[in-house]
Amino acid sequence: MSETILYLIQQLINGLTIGSTYALIAIGYTMVYGIIGMINFAHGEIYMIGSYITFIVIAGLLGMGMVSLPLILFIALVISVLIASTYGWTIERVAYRPLRGTNRLIPLISAIGMSIFLQNFVVLSQGSRDVALPPMISGGWTFGDPSLFEVSFSYMQLFIWVATFVTMLGLTLFISRSRMGRACRACSEDIGMTNLLGVDTNRVIATTFIIGAALAAIAGLLLSLYYGVANPFIGFMAGLKAFTAAVLGGIGSIPGAVLGGLILGVTEALTAAYFPSEYKDVVAFSLLILILLFRPSGLLGKPEVEKV
Amino acid sequence: MSQLLLDVNGLTMQFGGLVAVNKVNLTVKNRQIVSVIGPNGAGKTTVFNCLSGFYIPTAGSVMFKGKEIAGMKDFQISRQGLVRTFQHVRLFSNMTVIENMLVAQHRHLNTGLLAGLFKTPSYRRLEQEAMDRAIFWLKEVDLLDSANRESGNLSYGQQRRLEIARCMVTQPELLMLDEPAAGLNPNETKELDELIIKLRDEHEISILLIEHDMGLVMGISDHIYVIAQGTPLADGNADDIKNNPDVIKAYLGES
Repeated sequence: MSETILYLIQQLINGLTIGSTYALIAIGYTMVYGIIGMINFAHGEIYMIGSYITFIVIAGLLGMGMVSLPLILFIALVISVLIASTYGWTIERVAYRPLRGTNRLIPLISAIGMSIFLQNFVVLSQGSRDVALPPMISGGWTFGDPSLFEVSFSYMQLFIWVATFVTMLGLTLFISRSRMGRACRACSEDIGMTNLLGVDTNRVIATTFIIGAALAAIAGLLLSLYYGVANPFIGFMAGLKAFTAAVLGGIGSIPGAVLGGLILGVTEALTAAYFPSEYKDVVAFSLLILILLFRPSGLLGKPEVEKV
Repeated sequence: MSQLLLDVNGLTMQFGGLVAVNKVNLTVKNRQIVSVIGPNGAGKTTVFNCLSGFYIPTAGSVMFKGKEIAGMKDFQISRQGLVRTFQHVRLFSNMTVIENMLVAQHRHLNTGLLAGLFKTPSYRRLEQEAMDRAIFWLKEVDLLDSANRESGNLSYGQQRRLEIARCMVTQPELLMLDEPAAGLNPNETKELDELIIKLRDEHEISILLIEHDMGLVMGISDHIYVIAQGTPLADGNADDIKNNPDVIKAYLGES
């Protein structure tokens, strides 16, 4: 294989890795939007909090002398998912539920306020400087001709792919098979009717926030292991990227969020590979503008039908 | 002797200066089919919206099973056993027929997360009951063959019947149907007619009906109320209404 193709393969691997974490975060945006038609701008901060909890737990476990990597990762996963879900649930309860039924701008502003609050809360409690972790999962495969270009696919990247895939499989099963998943789908089609049929829609909405937060926490864990650093401000950019991914795929559609995340990740990787890497955000958000101009309902979203 | 299931007294609904419904009285007894008719814009649907909790009536009382329900939220009223359909079909069109039937029973399945996670025997029993009830009602409305189809792909008449079946699995005592025959062909209307009578005679529930199809209304109603411009005009059985000069005037205009 020629050098250019190997280089391209490498970028695709990198792009899909980042893209799958965008997809995980984007699902949280899209599910909440699908049910209550609101953009939860504090969602990126949940991802950031998930990252911080991962750091704190892993550092703590390493400090206690634990050496088993799977056990450390498992404990970090459970704790960060639990705590992030608690945050997700609490945010909905205190900042959005009291505002339900008002003008839709009001909860949006509340969400931005919540986002600023959480960011500063972490700055004050954890400090604003980067926190770092030693690499936990190292090594990988390389292939290609060493004299031309060597493609590397690390164990960490594989871990992200597998973890994302398993999470999404779990979510798909939950949505399509479980009783609560059924109620979630019903709410996203017609929340008024679902309520009228006796479903406790407040509980369905709370569940949606909990699931979204859990997925963001998983993304937080994966990316903190991948990058090895975090700071209180990572939630902002990650949130915007995931939001872009959700809009790209069609907000309200879960497969759309996954597709949008992957496309965005690959686009960024390719931009960074062939242009100065500062341009990757420019391209990502240009994509958002183009989609909003030419296909506002997104790739897999259904065009809004005016109800009679 | 049948007793009063629904007793509406002096129901009034004002939107600003507009009186949409003016002092309407209406009663439904057990196992009765009662119709509300009137020209377009007479306020029939507004009456329904007041009864089902979409609007809070400006004045008047709504007693259901001897309990005041005016001012309750819509879902609280539906939990009391008073459920309704809408003029336009409101199914979960991306979900299958059977899923539509199961969502409506979500409340009866409320057994908590852990029970659902570990599929405890009581959880399974409740699920089985919900499934049995769904299948029973799909059979009653002749939709069992379509159980796994997406409800949005059903014909219009089938969607109408599914809506009624979906209401029925919530085990109501009073079913309010808002123009159930609108858009149906004569054959489908006849099936609907039979279904409504079956609901009353075999399943012992009462039905409150808004309908424009006079053939349907006159054929099945035990009692008919006529409303024109928000005000009660007449009430009685089909023959009384057919021969009432005020009603004829309201529908056909002065000659």
